[in-house]
Amino acid sequence: MEIGISHYLTVSAILFVLGIFGIFLNRKNIIVILMSVELILLAVNINMVAFSTFLHDIAGQVFALFILTVAAAEAAIGLAILVVFYRNRGSIAVDDVNVMKG
Amino acid sequence: MTAETLIASLQLSLPELVLAVGALILLMIGVFSGDKSVGTVTGLSVLLLIAVGALVVFKGVDGTAYAGAYRSDAFVRFMKLLALAGSIVALVLAIGHRRSEPDMRFEYPVLMVLATLGMMLMISANDIISLYLSLELQSLALYVVAAINRDSVKSTEAGLKYFVLGALSSGMLLYGMSLVYGFTGQTGFSEIAAALTAEHRSLGLVFGLVFVLAGIAFKISAVPFHMWTPDVYEGAPTPVTAFFSAAPKVAAMAILIHLVAVAFKPIVHDWQQILVFISIASMALGAFAAIGQTNIKRLMAYSSIGHMGYALVGIAAGNQEGISGVLLYLAIYSVMSLGAFACILAMRLKDGRAVEGTDDLAGLSKTNPVMALVLTLLMFSLAGIPPLAGFFAKYFVFMAAIKANLLTLAILGVLSSVVGCYYYLRIVKVMWFDDAKQEFSRPAGELKLIYGLSGLFVIGYLLIGGPLGAAAEAAARSFY
Repeated sequence: MEIGISHYLTVSAILFVLGIFGIFLNRKNIIVILMSVELILLAVNINMVAFSTFLHDIAGQVFALFILTVAAAEAAIGLAILVVFYRNRGSIAVDDVNVMKG
Repeated sequence: MTAETLIASLQLSLPELVLAVGALILLMIGVFSGDKSVGTVTGLSVLLLIAVGALVVFKGVDGTAYAGAYRSDAFVRFMKLLALAGSIVALVLAIGHRRSEPDMRFEYPVLMVLATLGMMLMISANDIISLYLSLELQSLALYVVAAINRDSVKSTEAGLKYFVLGALSSGMLLYGMSLVYGFTGQTGFSEIAAALTAEHRSLGLVFGLVFVLAGIAFKISAVPFHMWTPDVYEGAPTPVTAFFSAAPKVAAMAILIHLVAVAFKPIVHDWQQILVFISIASMALGAFAAIGQTNIKRLMAYSSIGHMGYALVGIAAGNQEGISGVLLYLAIYSVMSLGAFACILAMRLKDGRAVEGTDDLAGLSKTNPVMALVLTLLMFSLAGIPPLAGFFAKYFVFMAAIKANLLTLAILGVLSSVVGCYYYLRIVKVMWFDDAKQEFSRPAGELKLIYGLSGLFVIGYLLIGGPLGAAAEAAARSFY
């Protein structure tokens, strides 16, 4: 079977949807939310690289590299905020992020 | 890229270069002299932002740079000045806050300057790659700023919520961008527009458009992506909330306008219906959900959701009047919102405790008549009562919508602004007709200055609004 662009897009769409569901259906732990965010960004990267190869255009791969670096910075900041939250609240359960109701 | 084009690019982006280098120098000053340098760093940040504003005004030329990734024109300069003004006022508001609460560290002004740099680059972005990178520069700085009071549960929770939902929105925006890139083969805004006119639009591209708009709707806190707004507004320290309410909204609106008026211009019917829906939903939620609020910062959060809905009316209209109406709306809304937050920062009891309840304003007309008068004017203006500035802001966007044959949108907008009057007027009633239980301490000088100026602006808009309107119109002409 020939592996074409649609296969890559399907995999990336599945990963993307898993990431979204990981954020909304997860009721346990904020670390899982951070992992889901990473999953979303990696799904985008698969898309970018697949399109880039398919279109014979380098811009998509350049974009993918930028996304990787930004994802690293984002994870660092997210974990830092999580640490200060843990110091104040003593818990990183999703249900405990509820001082303000909204 | 030859040496000449590089030098031309560097010259065109001079304001951003100065801001970036300045932010790093400020960081050095802060790091080497420790927490006692907060005052110096804040003052220098304000000066730096003013200097950059002067560069934007006096050195501004039209053109694109960095192989089309960056652009500058009248629209870009208008939005940059608006964002810079919002940041400067928010920094000034933080000065007095620092005196009474020690939670402000020198990182705060530095992060604000970096966020402002991100906003300026967002406004100038002319390519989806530069758009994404500048958006992240701004967002990453804002996540940290929301959690800047790291000993408070509320502030860190606000930062955490903002981070999780902001990261999700960036992910959606990116997924949309990847689809737009894949189905057009281009990353530049005008190249995307050209690719769209050349071939018939595909379903994948419409998916991409929806995801991109959803990602930006998060950033301007439009319904149905507004969930973070009330919590972040309530939890973040008040000067930070004041900052969030003005400058980042301006920058996010600028990229929305750039995307729909340049990149997606050929598929106007696709994005128009999405924007009409988001706009109606935001106006309605802003009007109804604010009614039950007792915390004034939460109330301002719902108010900002509603106001972003009104501003979207102008973008949805998709004509030149609409764009100039939105620019005017953002300018007037920034002034009103920063003025209202100056009043909220002045809500501090004699023992130095800051209060945030709407009931705490009871009897303000007797204890501090000037502040009560200004806050009344601002509330009337936010509600859109003539002849104050807020009325004209709404008038121009609704007229643009009528001209674009979006009658339902305009009528629903007027109706929801009538509903919205209720909670603004309730605050006025509490200030003038309820008995005072407590007295606030005398507001700091800079707070008086800022709410005084914004009060004068909303009441004197008829006299001074001409040049502002002309500038907005000239800015909107960049697209047509």
